[in-house]
Amino acid sequence: MQESTANKVAANATSSFTEHLQRDRPELLPFNRSGQGGATAAAPLQVPHATTIVAMSYNGGVLMAGDRRATMGNVIASRHIEKVFPADRYSVLGIAGTAGIAIDLTRLFQVELEHYEKIEGTLLSLEGKANRLGAMIRGNLPLALQGLAVVPLFAGFDTSAGVGRLFSYDVTGGRYEEHEHHTVGSGSVFARGALKKLWRPNLSAEEAVSVAIEALFDAADDDSATGGPDTVRRLWPVVYTVDNTGTRRVADEQLAAASLSVIEARTIAGREA
Amino acid sequence: MTQQFYVSPEQLMKDRADFARKGIARGKSVVVISCEDGIALVAENPSPSLHKIGEIYDKIAFAAVGKYNEFESLRQAGVRYADVRGYSYDREDVTARGLASVYAQSLGAVFTAEQKPFEVELAVAEVGATQAEDHLYRLTFDGSIADEHSFVVMGGQADRVASAIDLGWRASLGFPDAVRLALNGLAPAPEAEETAKPVPARAIEVAVLDRHSEEVRGARRAFRRLNDADITALLA
Repeated sequence: MQESTANKVAANATSSFTEHLQRDRPELLPFNRSGQGGATAAAPLQVPHATTIVAMSYNGGVLMAGDRRATMGNVIASRHIEKVFPADRYSVLGIAGTAGIAIDLTRLFQVELEHYEKIEGTLLSLEGKANRLGAMIRGNLPLALQGLAVVPLFAGFDTSAGVGRLFSYDVTGGRYEEHEHHTVGSGSVFARGALKKLWRPNLSAEEAVSVAIEALFDAADDDSATGGPDTVRRLWPVVYTVDNTGTRRVADEQLAAASLSVIEARTIAGREA
Repeated sequence: MTQQFYVSPEQLMKDRADFARKGIARGKSVVVISCEDGIALVAENPSPSLHKIGEIYDKIAFAAVGKYNEFESLRQAGVRYADVRGYSYDREDVTARGLASVYAQSLGAVFTAEQKPFEVELAVAEVGATQAEDHLYRLTFDGSIADEHSFVVMGGQADRVASAIDLGWRASLGFPDAVRLALNGLAPAPEAEETAKPVPARAIEVAVLDRHSEEVRGARRAFRRLNDADITALLA
């Protein structure tokens, strides 16, 4: 009797918000909503999709940037969507794929990290955070098989090692550490091509912001689902940097200046890009 | 088979209350003070890792006295309640009042239904944009809930500490003065012809809820735990 009580207490002790929801409020989990009876492979559901995310390391940290477009088939679903979020003090994540599920997963991940911190009184290690995110993406696999996939990119500052690190994922939750830079989403091939030419070791934070903007510009140039800098509405990509002082959102003025200088340089060059 | 004696409900409740009160009175005291800069939570606690003060949500903190395992389970339950609520509705829908009422119901249920009541006393504090919007709730072992103003003192020497703090409390206190006031209150009563000794920094646990965390630190979460160096710097 005594032993079974102790076992029960130990089994119930969890620092994970997701595990808690799974047990007590499974209907609140984004990937537990049944997707049955909806889409089939023949007629994929028409929902907004988030597109290109780029991430790279620079001297002292990591940076992540995302364009502002969401598409639904051939229609632009949103020009204002934000796809890069701070996950906690020392990490950010960017999402590509089905926007609705991705935004809910992001919210869940943010609460998951904060919940752990409050229950345990200490931050989860960067590897721990990356693994938790992988588990959530794996949880979404049934929906991914119905065409509602979410593919995140995760970047953070490893406070114990003192370096910035990047992680990419596949739809089954597979987690891969990336070096130097990485991209996800529909425009990722074009952005990656640009990064291969523009990225170099020991970029400063300002240079890295310019490189990210130029890579997104190239992605928008060739991928219709990626939005370029919008000088009419003054919409710029969302860019976050993470270093040993924590996450920081790059100010709009800096993004505007960097975006306009990319546009100007290309206008002057006057070439087919 | 032993004979079951009749015990009147009054006697039963009184025995339970006395039992819980005795347990709480053995512990050290905790002070929660609302002041100009926010809310300061100060506990006498020699352990640097077994906390009596904790963060519940963006603007909400928790402080407790009594048995560690009991208030720790309540703290974790509070964090779960707040996180589920904030996740399923919105962050601003998590309030100290809602949390305090859940605590009151849990403590009340344990007091009447369980083998033994919880030997704990809790404070739930929520910092507002102005001092008038601060909320301090005190919860006792039987589920009673009280809405307090300016400060809450709980634990072994609560009456003595409370009267000391009452003398020095003003609405215009900053964090350094508020923490100093709490420490003076918590200092053990002086022996004959001896001045009161302050509690050393390593024997206290201090956390604050910053009133303007967004503007000052750019953080939504107002809770900040102070380590020994922070405490020494604050009091210097």
